[in-house]
Parts: sequence; C-alpha cells; structure tokens
Amino acid sequence: MPFKEINIFRRHGRQYVPDLRGVELPAIFRGRPVISRDITPLEAEMVQKLCPVDAIATSPCSINLGKCVFCRECEFALPGKIRFTNDYKIAANSREELVIKAGADQPLRLDPDRVRGEIRSLFKHALKLRQVSAGGDNSAEMELNAAGNVNFDMGRFGIEFVASPRHADGVVITGPISGSMADALQICYDAIPTPKIVILAGTDALSGGIFAGSQALDRNFLSKYHVDLFVPGNPPHPLTFINGVLDLIGHK
Amino acid sequence: MTDKRYIELLSNPGTVKLADIPVLEYPEFMDFIDLMMGEEGTHCVAYFVLEQENAYRFICCMAADENHAVVILSHEQPLEPGILLQSLTAKHFQFHAFEREIHENFKVDFAGHPWLKPVRYPFNRPDAEKVMDNYPFYTIEGEDLHEVGVGPIHAGIIEPGYFRFICHGEKVLHLEIQLGYQHRGVEKLFTEKKEILQQSVLAESIAGDTVTGHSMAYAGLIESLAGMEIPQNLSRERVIALELERIAVHIGDTAALCTDIAYQFGQVVNEALRTIVINTTQLWCGNRFGKGLIRPGGTNYPLTEEIIAVVLKNLEEVEERYLQVTGSLFSLPSVLGRFEGTGKVTTMQASLIGAVGMAAKSSGMYRDIRWSHPFSAYVGHMYEPVMLHKGDVWSRAMLRKMEVEKSVAVIREMVKEIGNIQNSGFKQAGRPVYDSEFAPSSLAISMVEGWRGEICHVAVTGDSGEIVHYKAKDPSFHNWMALALAVRNQEISDFPLCNKSFNLSYCGNDL
Repeated sequence: MPFKEINIFRRHGRQYVPDLRGVELPAIFRGRPVISRDITPLEAEMVQKLCPVDAIATSPCSINLGKCVFCRECEFALPGKIRFTNDYKIAANSREELVIKAGADQPLRLDPDRVRGEIRSLFKHALKLRQVSAGGDNSAEMELNAAGNVNFDMGRFGIEFVASPRHADGVVITGPISGSMADALQICYDAIPTPKIVILAGTDALSGGIFAGSQALDRNFLSKYHVDLFVPGNPPHPLTFINGVLDLIGHK
Repeated sequence: MTDKRYIELLSNPGTVKLADIPVLEYPEFMDFIDLMMGEEGTHCVAYFVLEQENAYRFICCMAADENHAVVILSHEQPLEPGILLQSLTAKHFQFHAFEREIHENFKVDFAGHPWLKPVRYPFNRPDAEKVMDNYPFYTIEGEDLHEVGVGPIHAGIIEPGYFRFICHGEKVLHLEIQLGYQHRGVEKLFTEKKEILQQSVLAESIAGDTVTGHSMAYAGLIESLAGMEIPQNLSRERVIALELERIAVHIGDTAALCTDIAYQFGQVVNEALRTIVINTTQLWCGNRFGKGLIRPGGTNYPLTEEIIAVVLKNLEEVEERYLQVTGSLFSLPSVLGRFEGTGKVTTMQASLIGAVGMAAKSSGMYRDIRWSHPFSAYVGHMYEPVMLHKGDVWSRAMLRKMEVEKSVAVIREMVKEIGNIQNSGFKQAGRPVYDSEFAPSSLAISMVEGWRGEICHVAVTGDSGEIVHYKAKDPSFHNWMALALAVRNQEISDFPLCNKSFNLSYCGNDL
C-alpha cells in the first residue's frame, strides 16, 4: 500500500464504538422525555393542543413515543415541566411501554414475557434482517445503514441486513406504509421462513407519524401480525435500534 | 410599457396576488413559453392546475436564470372532463413530467406528448383504472432481446422503485423507471394540516436526506406569505445548516460510490467522515439530519459561539481528510477505469430534460439556484457554481468533491458574517412563529438549492389566507430521466454505480 494510503488510514484510526451499550450521546440529543409530576391540567391541555402529531394525552399527562416526532416543541413551550433526555434506549416490545407518563423517569424495558421463546433460542447469536421501506423518508433507512457501518458495526453481534427475504429471520419496516407498498411488503414477509420477527423502526412506521390518517396509507399489515419490537425515533438513532435488537434477542 | 402576458418576481421567495397573474388564451400561452424557451437558461420550475370555482387554472412558473427572475403566467380551461390541449412537451421536452403529472391528476390530455405515463399514482387520481400493476412499459420486439425487472424492493436498505431494463446481452438499450411506491399524500396533507408546526414537520419529512433543503423552502414560503422579515444572522445560520447537509450527503455518496466499485478503503474512510458531519449537526440541534432546526420566523436552536467553534474545528478535520482520500481516489487507475466514461449524460440531453442541480452541473449546465435565484444569505453573495462537462460518473463524483470544498468555504464566510452582525448589535433570531396571518388569494413560490439541486415549493392561499393548494418539487422530479438516459448502451452491471452517482429521491418524487 502506498504511503499516501497509509497516512489516510492512520488519520482514520479506530472508528468503531467499543461499547454500544454504554455510549453517552450529547445532552442535546432528543431521546426519552420526562414529564414533571407538577404539570397542571391546564399546561397538559396546552401542550396537547400544540403537539403536531397528537402524541400527548392529558389526565394524567403523557407522551406516546409511538407517535412522537421528537420535535421538542412541548419542552420549549413548558421548560421545566417537560424535558427530553439524551436516553436513546427507547425501544420496547409493547405499545403501552412507549407511553411516558408524568412523573415517570426510568429507562424503558422490554417485557421478557412478551418475547417469543424461539427468538432468543434461535437468533441470539445471529440475526439476519430484511428491511422494507414503505413510504419511509430515507432518514430511518440511512440510520439503519449506519447501524452496520464502521462506527456502529452491529455485525459484531451477528446482526446484519440481507438482500433476500429467503435468507432473513425477520423484517424491519420503515415508513408509514404507503398503499402502493402494501403488496410488496406482504410478499416480502411471506417469503421469509418461519419463525420470523417483525420490527417497526421510526415513528412513521410505529404510528404513521405526521402522515397518520393520510388516505394514501394502508396499514392493514400491522393488524395481521405480532410486532416484536417498536423502535421510536424520527429517525431512530442507530444506537436505539441496536440496543433494542440486542435486548430482544437476549444479548447480555 | 410592460408585457401583460406575465408577471415577474424578482425575489426568492416571493408572493404575488393570484389576480395579478395574467390569464392567456392557450395558443398565446404556448407562444410565450416558446419565446421564453428560446432564451438561454430558462426552465420551468412549476406547472400545475389550480381547481377554481369556475375553471381549471393552469399556472406556470418559469425561472429566467440570466435575469434572476421568475416569470408567472397562466391559462384557464372549463371545469369539464375531457380537456385536450396541445402538448408543450412535443417541442420542449422538459415539460414532460409536468404534463404527465397534470394528466394523472386531472385527466387532461396533451396531444403530441410522447410519453403520457403515470408519475406517482396518487391516491386521489381521477382514473382509478390506472394501477401500478398495469403500468404501460415501453417494449421492443426482438428475439435477441430480454427484459430485466428489478424492484420495488431492492437489495440494500434503500427506498422502493421499479426498474425495467430492455437488454441486448449485457448491454442496456432502454431503462424505464416506475415510481409511486412511496406516495404518502404529502401535497394534500399540506392543505389538511392547518398548523404551521404540523406543516413544518411535514416539510422536513418530504425527503429525510434533504431535511434542511425542503424545510428551508417551506419556511421561506411561509415567511413570504406572512410578510415576515428574517433576522440577518438567522439567514446565515440556515445557510450553514444547508451546506452541512450538502457536505454530509456528498461525502456519504462518495463512500457509496466506492462501495459500488468494491473500493472498501474509500468506503470506510468516507463513511467515518460523514459521521463526523452529521454528528456536528446533532450537536447543534439534537438530530443528525437537522430535523427541528429550521422553522418559519425563528429557530429553537440558535447557533451559539460554542457550536460555531465545533463546526469550524470539525470541518477543518473533515476537509483535510476528505481531500486526502479523494486525492487518492481520483488518482487510482482502477477507480478511474470504472468512473470515467460510465453513465454519460450529454449537455444536450441534460438541457432537453430540464436537468437541475448536480445532474445539470456535471453535464455542462450552469444551473444552481444559489447563483440564479439567491435566497436567504446567498442574496448579495454571487455564488459561483462548480461545473463539469463530461456528464459521466467521474463528473458526478468529482462534482461532489468540488462542492464539498465550496460548501466549507461558504460556511466559513457565513461564520465570519455572523461575527460581524453580532458585533454590530443586530437583533438576534427569535423563536419560531407559528401564528402568522397569510396574504389572501395569493401565490408564493420558494426555491432552494438542496444538495441534489433545485427544490421548489409553491403555495396558493384562499380568501381568508388559508393554504388551499400546495406543490412541493424535489429535484428528482426532473433528474430521474437523466438516470434513464445515463444507462443507455451501458453494461447492466454498471447500473448500481450509475444509480448511486445520481442518488435520486424516491419519496421526493412520489410525495
């Protein structure tokens, strides 16, 4: 290798993040929100009206991470009462867990009882996933690509995206599921051998996000199948995705 | 005496009263378009139908680059089914996508249009018989030919779209691209979501790789409709965000081009550099793609001195290392062997299809909104676009490298100006404004040069100032045709490389 390339490699250095479980993101990162116990009903109503995606409920006040686009406007409107922390470990395997209630300030947990037994027995050391973008805006897609890049390198855990659904153990869906992609998604899902898992990545996939209610969507797929992992975010950070999947397959 | 056939806008963004846009008879409209198209640097940026109480109003916005102006004119047709018009495309091919869109949305027929095919199969299309499964693909008869279909789901983690190749052996004779899989009903949602905050979130979800580009176009539109003045430092902060986005994507695409020619060294080094850039954006606003940063009237994330220091420091490192790795890249015979002469789009072809942005600039066309229709802090800057002539993969790769260098320089310039503004005690940018009143019965147009090229948003307001019609156009709307032309007579195995060299948006086209 010529000298020039050696020099570039030296500057490149070691890029991989050694501990994907313990990274701290900058304080400004918009992760898990915390709502103060002291929030008044009037204040809750005010932010409920403000929220662009109807993610906030009143009495008790709560933020649904399945709908939240992490715009942080509720915090700007009520500083001191609502605060988005930099906790990026916000994936869950039930929709109830995604609802952050006033006064709650603990990390999200995967409910072990809800994890199907075969997931941990079969996929703990190797998990191949087929990604389907169904109306995704390409930001979640890029973050999923990044999950396998030189920095995050989830391949170290045997987790990889594959081209053929025949080689996959599950499907990762991004986007609000456009009507025009509904058939292709179904065909892809059918082509994956059982047992197979379903992961929704990004707020658009979880609830439709800002597109919720659009007549151009067809979200029937989700009423047919069990979703094993919900990964919130707009888009989900690669660390959110990787940590969620590791928890799901029971990696330490 | 002024010409009564059109109204001219000299600002970008800009607003005109609907009543001030002349309505011409169609033959006169065609003649005028013909006249304009004879001038260097004229291209159509928007052509759409507004459904009025008593007529369909066809509004056309033409960019006159040399005059730094937008010329707006219209014609009206009765509110009846079965409208038949002479096609502009027959003479000026760059209208093909606009006329196809109008045909798809309103069943208007254009006589002489060679390719009146669906654009995106919108959910509310009047012709429900047109479905994605019966798209009228072009075919060529011949025993030696075969067809290859790819999609809508592709091998990697990318958006869906369908490609059909007609091949003679390994050689591609024709590629047809069928889009629409990503359609989410964006333009309709802009009229249904009444709150500015909702629309802001929608704008940044049009294309997640062009968050800043599209949200700047939207914010400009709203500020123009509301007659809002923007603090000088805010317009500079936005330009910094826009150029950071350009740098990040260009470097990411350099990595992807390396992937497609199996040059792993270039791939990993560039991937790591892109990470530094998007993490810089994250440090500024908490999101690696800049979501939440651009809002009409103000921002929730002012660019503090601490952040500026990080931006400058990171850019210095990224620039140095990126120039090193691209210096190596563009001197390797094995790389040049794959890049040079592959996927050529001639200047003539680019001009005919109305290519914009990167696809135009790499094919010898001087087309860049930062120069032709300066917006935000580009006003008064006389940005000089980078231009290359060969139109091949090499040009599109090299253009990225050159644009990264330019963007770094622009950011440094903006930082300097922000310093001067602050020293002069100028008013700082405030919080976003979500409760504006808009000019009633008006049309606003806002253009931004995103990393792919010209983004154009148009909004029309009703009697009480509410948005009744919205058009969002990603540069991909024009440039998909460039990809189809680029692969002609190429080996089909070079398709991924050609595709990546454009890196066009599916969701930006499908809306």
